[in-house]
Amino acid sequence: MQTCNSWTARKISLLRLHHLPVKPGVLLVSLFLIAALPFLGAVFPALLIRAGRNAAASAAGLTSFLALVGLLINAPAVMRGELVTARFDWIPLLGLNTNFMLDGLGLLFASLILGIGLLIILYARFYLSREDPMGQFYTYLLLFQGAMVGIVLSDNILLLLIFWELTSLSSFLLIGYWKHLPAGRQGARMALAVTGSGGLAMIGGMLILGNIVGSYDLSVILQNKELIQASPFYLPALILILLGCFTKSAQFPFHFWLPHAMAAPTPVSAYLHSATMVKAGLFLMARMWPVLAGTPEWFYIVATTGLVTMVIGAAIALFKDDLKALLAFSTVSHLGLITMLLGFGTKIAAVAAVFHIINHATFKAALFMTAGIVDHEAHTRDIKRLGGLRHLMPVTFTIALIAALSMAGLPPLNGFLSKEMMLEETVHTVWNHSHLLVPGLALIGALFSAAYSFRYIAHVFLGPKRDDYPAHPHDPGVGMWLAPAFLVVLVVAIGFFSKAIVGPLVAIASTAVIGGDKLPYYSLKLWHGFTPALYMSIAATIGGLILLALHRHAERLWNAAPRPEAKVIFDAVIGAATWASRTLSDTLHNGVISRYAAIMVAFTVGLGYYAYSTGTISVPTRVPLPATIIPIIGWICLVGATVAIMYFHRNRLLSLVLIGVVGLIVSMAFNYLSAPDLALTQISVEVVTMILLLLSLNFMPTVTPVDSTNARKVRDAVISVFAGLGAGGLIYALMLRDFALPTISDFHLANSYKGGGGTNVVNVILVDFRGFDTFGEIIVLGIAALVIFALTESVLGTKVRAYLLNRKPHWPQSGDAHPLMMVVATRVMMPIALMVGAYIFFRGHNQPGGGFIAGLVVAIAYLMQYMASGYTWAIERQRFYYHGSIGWGVLIAAATGVGAWFNERPFLTSDFGYIHWPPLEEFEWATAILFDTGVFLAVLGAVMLALDSLSRFAWQPGMVQEHAMDINPQRDDPPEPEGEQEREEA
Amino acid sequence: MEALFASAVGVLTAAGIFLILRRRTFPVILGLSLLTYAVNAFLFATGRLALNAPPVLNKYKEVAYTDPLPQALVLTAIVISFGMTAVIVMIALSAYLSSKTDHIDLPLAEEAGEDE
Repeated sequence: MQTCNSWTARKISLLRLHHLPVKPGVLLVSLFLIAALPFLGAVFPALLIRAGRNAAASAAGLTSFLALVGLLINAPAVMRGELVTARFDWIPLLGLNTNFMLDGLGLLFASLILGIGLLIILYARFYLSREDPMGQFYTYLLLFQGAMVGIVLSDNILLLLIFWELTSLSSFLLIGYWKHLPAGRQGARMALAVTGSGGLAMIGGMLILGNIVGSYDLSVILQNKELIQASPFYLPALILILLGCFTKSAQFPFHFWLPHAMAAPTPVSAYLHSATMVKAGLFLMARMWPVLAGTPEWFYIVATTGLVTMVIGAAIALFKDDLKALLAFSTVSHLGLITMLLGFGTKIAAVAAVFHIINHATFKAALFMTAGIVDHEAHTRDIKRLGGLRHLMPVTFTIALIAALSMAGLPPLNGFLSKEMMLEETVHTVWNHSHLLVPGLALIGALFSAAYSFRYIAHVFLGPKRDDYPAHPHDPGVGMWLAPAFLVVLVVAIGFFSKAIVGPLVAIASTAVIGGDKLPYYSLKLWHGFTPALYMSIAATIGGLILLALHRHAERLWNAAPRPEAKVIFDAVIGAATWASRTLSDTLHNGVISRYAAIMVAFTVGLGYYAYSTGTISVPTRVPLPATIIPIIGWICLVGATVAIMYFHRNRLLSLVLIGVVGLIVSMAFNYLSAPDLALTQISVEVVTMILLLLSLNFMPTVTPVDSTNARKVRDAVISVFAGLGAGGLIYALMLRDFALPTISDFHLANSYKGGGGTNVVNVILVDFRGFDTFGEIIVLGIAALVIFALTESVLGTKVRAYLLNRKPHWPQSGDAHPLMMVVATRVMMPIALMVGAYIFFRGHNQPGGGFIAGLVVAIAYLMQYMASGYTWAIERQRFYYHGSIGWGVLIAAATGVGAWFNERPFLTSDFGYIHWPPLEEFEWATAILFDTGVFLAVLGAVMLALDSLSRFAWQPGMVQEHAMDINPQRDDPPEPEGEQEREEA
Repeated sequence: MEALFASAVGVLTAAGIFLILRRRTFPVILGLSLLTYAVNAFLFATGRLALNAPPVLNKYKEVAYTDPLPQALVLTAIVISFGMTAVIVMIALSAYLSSKTDHIDLPLAEEAGEDE
């Protein structure tokens, strides 16, 4: 916990960020650790659930607690007005840096996230039932927590975007936690679709913002208010960013997802939808307030949206019978309130917004938890089926009463304080020359808010006790009511002693929101005298009581009025989008692969032609090499073989033979044109490829039937002829001209011996200069071989196996499957072939050869045994598994690379030296040879595994000779003539 | 010499692409092999052609060397292309054994494509 490096945690002054020199940090918990803890901790609940639910919950709780402690250790510095930062460049070229900062606003939100998170973890332990996978729940919850903490601590808007999307994803998992409920799945999808598309818009906005300022670091952006507001791109950036904020914070008209997300378990609703995720949008508006607020655009978009959301949310909430739906719409309404306050653009309104964020989080989380308790105990949250619970659940009733009265805005609770401040601000707000519009609507909103809060108490807890509850409600155990009880203690305490408890936090957070300026005068107290706000409060409370009394009549009116149903509209939009994309992709993607290929080739050729016809081409600078007789013969063979393939390609065996001719000519061409390494590689790859293709042809049809029309053939011929002309023409033009820019090859030639200790420059490039590429390549090769192995396993596990076992071969089998001559010859050649492989391997650094070629040569030596003596004979004598060879190869190569670290050099830096043992010649060693060993093993393993897998298709019972070469003198008498006869027939 | 090389690349490319546009798996594999030769030769030739100048340093006298970089690239490309061929062969084989057809196009779409 106490780790702290000078570069990870620094403190710089909050004001004038770029002026003060950076002081090395005192003992602070790195912000990296705070942001990473929830992610690291997310592993444990999933693992520890095997040890029981308490273990999982404790692990989650401990993680949150440690992160919270880490945060609080940093709090004093923040409270002194310092800015705690932790910086690490991630992808500096993109401007993406993992820079974290902790200021007042971040501290406020991070404490809410971690503190309420801790309470939720406690509550969820007792809320979730035995059937629910609790480990999963806590894992998702911690992932979400980490993402939220990341958002509020980010000092880089690209990093912030990453965390922002992570909250959308993790909340998707949490909302859809009860996978068996269709409502949960639909709600999760809707939330993801709405917040995800808002997030997309926000990415655009953030990129524009970063472009205006020239930096993606928040601390830089926040210093550039004039630059941003003067930019012509201010409005687009503002709208796009606000789209992200409004969707996340469920502002009208995107508010509809929040009530549907209530299908989540109550702890999720209490956490995500009261205290954290929906506040992310508010957080971002507050974060960007210093640079985005204060313009008419900001005021009219943000304040109006907030106001409308507040009134509509409150009105709908009053008429919801589902407890959680009521709370959801009340949340929408309160989020609207805060948005409106931020939208006013005045400093004092920003203070009120910050204060209400705290208050709302406390009472709303408590209310959600009481709703969960009622649901848990009474087995319903339908208000129409509840009532009179105060006798049965006195503790829950007390908690709910205090929290709801705070939500209604009654003194002396904390909700009253911030609501007063809000009403006071509306009185001073002029909306398009109208002095009454904003306060009037705010009063209506407050009135409805009071009404639904009273309803929550009156219709659930008050009234006569009923005898038709679905279950027998009673107060839950302490584990479940402790968390909400703690919160309502805060509600009361903040109401009475606001200045002492949250005064400094509000001050420091508000300072951060308004960009470090001096705070305006305000006073967090219950009694401000007879102000307009007080009269409005009284009016709202009385009006709320009246509205509650008239609820039945009002409800009839409400239900009779036509209203657009958001879910229907949403489903229609999604349906239309799905239909459009499906139609488009079905049209383009109709399953005819040959057509895709044709389109792709034709398009590429077209692009090439466009470049050719619009560009310029320089005059040839190189003198062509003379064409002697040998290349001409080679050319004739190659072109002849290729043309023959075209002609005979329906005869598959013949075309394979012809392909082999082409491959040989290509290897010879490499050799002729000064590329001995390529020639060696090509010829050995040729051998294994041919064996592979022949093996596969064994199971495939031997002829290709005619199934293209002549028109199609002509089309394909035209496309391929143009492609051939293009490729040939391009390389011809290239070969006759010198490099336009200086080539890096000279560096390799100059440094191969000095730096890499080898004279074969190609090999030195492979194992040294570009060793990392080679490392990637052997991994790819290994993966390819494993894919082949996996495919074989899965195919042989199906009914295909039965077919293969009874398969009749295409051609009559050879009478002698393992000819004596061949068996003897391959066995005699085996040690020689291995020695050749070793020779090629060791000389590779200085002469043509190396790990790639040696691996192929040794693989061929093994394959000869397979062919001559049979698969069964060969694998009986196989001492190692090819998987292991691939794995060891990659590991050895990696270990060689890592070895460089111990000499404080970068990964894969090689070393070499010279050894002289008389009377031997002086010879040279290089660490690269170890790397090449890895290459060798990986290539050998990959080739063998691929061919070995294919051979397994051919296995049939009865086809196996026990002894490939029947001359073992230790065995008993020579076999009976009849046995011999049988074997031959088989 | 350059003309011979370039025309060979062109012929290999054309033949490879023609075979790739066929509708059975086996010709497509053959086409990919031919195209691999063409592409490797193309890449190799970006270092320009040279006779008797292998990029193996001579410690004793000053000689000319051809460009080693494309050779290193092509060397790994040859080995990787073996891996690629092996994977497609296995996919084609598995598909044929499982479905008893070696068409590469979807059956439904194929009927529509037949009309072309």
